[in-house]
Amino acid sequence: MTPSSEYNFAYLDEQTKRMIRRAILKGLAIPGYQVPFASREMPMPYGWGTGGVQVSAAVLTPDDRFKVIDQGADDTTNAVSIRTFFERTAGVATTTATPEATVIQTRHRIPEVPLTEGQILVYQVPIPEPLRFLEPRESETRKMHSLEEYGLMHVKLYEDISRHGHIATSYAYPVKVEARYVMDPSPIPKFDNPKLGDCPAIQLFGAGREQRIYALPPYTKVVSLDFEDHPFEATKADHPCGLCGANDSYLDEVIVDDAGGRMFVCSDTDYCEGRQSDGHRGKDAA
Amino acid sequence: MTPLLSVHDITKRYGAHIGCADVSFDLYPGEVMGIVGESGSGKSTLLNCMAGHLRPDAGSVVFDTRGHGPRDTVTMSEPERRMLSRTDWAFVHQHARDGLRMGVSAGGNVGERLMAVGARHYGEIRSKAVDWLDRVEIDAGRVDDRPTTFSGGMQQRLQIARNLVTGPRLVFMDEPTGGLDVSVQARLLDLLRGLVRDMGLSAIIVTHDLAVVRLLADRLMVMKDGHVVENGLTDQVLDDPQHAYTQLLVSSVLQV
Repeated sequence: MTPSSEYNFAYLDEQTKRMIRRAILKGLAIPGYQVPFASREMPMPYGWGTGGVQVSAAVLTPDDRFKVIDQGADDTTNAVSIRTFFERTAGVATTTATPEATVIQTRHRIPEVPLTEGQILVYQVPIPEPLRFLEPRESETRKMHSLEEYGLMHVKLYEDISRHGHIATSYAYPVKVEARYVMDPSPIPKFDNPKLGDCPAIQLFGAGREQRIYALPPYTKVVSLDFEDHPFEATKADHPCGLCGANDSYLDEVIVDDAGGRMFVCSDTDYCEGRQSDGHRGKDAA
Repeated sequence: MTPLLSVHDITKRYGAHIGCADVSFDLYPGEVMGIVGESGSGKSTLLNCMAGHLRPDAGSVVFDTRGHGPRDTVTMSEPERRMLSRTDWAFVHQHARDGLRMGVSAGGNVGERLMAVGARHYGEIRSKAVDWLDRVEIDAGRVDDRPTTFSGGMQQRLQIARNLVTGPRLVFMDEPTGGLDVSVQARLLDLLRGLVRDMGLSAIIVTHDLAVVRLLADRLMVMKDGHVVENGLTDQVLDDPQHAYTQLLVSSVLQV
């Protein structure tokens, strides 16, 4: 598709992109720190990835190859519309193959295929403040971050164990970055948490409504919070993928009929299709 | 002996109004000090200045810290002051709701201060929480219930447990028995007296209830219009009040 000449490259004007890049650089310099930025009104509703789109717009270059995933899938409404948006406004090449992409915007997943140096992973973040549901005052949470008072985060995990017998938080699982800032990794499943740390790719987090950007530079130390006697566990459904038979990927549970029938399939569609074309078959494959 | 808390000329103004003016006293380890006075006499302002919630306009509050000896908490950096307020200090609010996290279970409320100072072992935190619930006479079976399901007296006792779990040396109490009915008040006072004696706590209790100070306080300070008008041993002040206002205060108590 040819880019529309009515828009500046990647929709945003150059001054806005400079402003966002400054926030990104600051975020990279202080891993895990939430940098405020002047979030713009985007042609989509809040909650649909306005933060991620602005970060993507600021980092895209004409030579980039862009991929968008939504809960792991390349073919859902959100992913398709954002991909089309940048095809139209930036004219960049797009792909669904993780290894070929240079910029990947994601909603709530990290791709199964390990990322490499040179890639940028952009997360869409609804609530950037990990302490928000425990402490509603922004003035207080800022103070807690600056003074490294993170005892409250463990109160949440304590509540989980006392109520459920184990840490029941299964997504947006809080992490500590470089032994300093506690960070909300956006609502990725905790299965993906180990991939955050020591990752060769740059990871950028954009929260449009909350006007915050934060970042993890490559090879950053990221530790999921836990208790000594209740260590962190990266959990997934205990099944192989119904289509490709993979045992190591994060699965979606899909209800297939009204009689309680269900199947488990990889949430990362690109990974699943890749395995199927390599000849792997699961028990539900047609 | 070094005083645990040494207050010099604390003054706090709200514009032209005086919150409290030129208050000085020393509090020694193991001592319980009562501050009485009518509403608006500056008791709570003074307490908040001492506990670091308000910044006084003048004066110093010197606390004998564990590590570094006597330090002025007014000029100390905020991280240090906040560290003090979750380790060596405790603050019991009049309304338990102000001092508790209502959305968090009783065990989580008690454990919060432990986790804030670095406890990371669930089993140990929980057994300490259960132990403290027992000490404030709350049934251990309610450790996973939220404070919203507790009665007013239980909430107040839970607040006390939550504050004392890290073994503070100084407790600030703002009307700890306010809003409770008399029989519940009596039990709470009994409990507080036991805890203060057993743990060797020092405490500063702000109240307008003379019965509370009679039972708990070793020394008494009477405030009026932001100034201390009389101070001395509790029994001495209550039995032989010198200042006209103290005489009025003592004679206003209903005798049943």
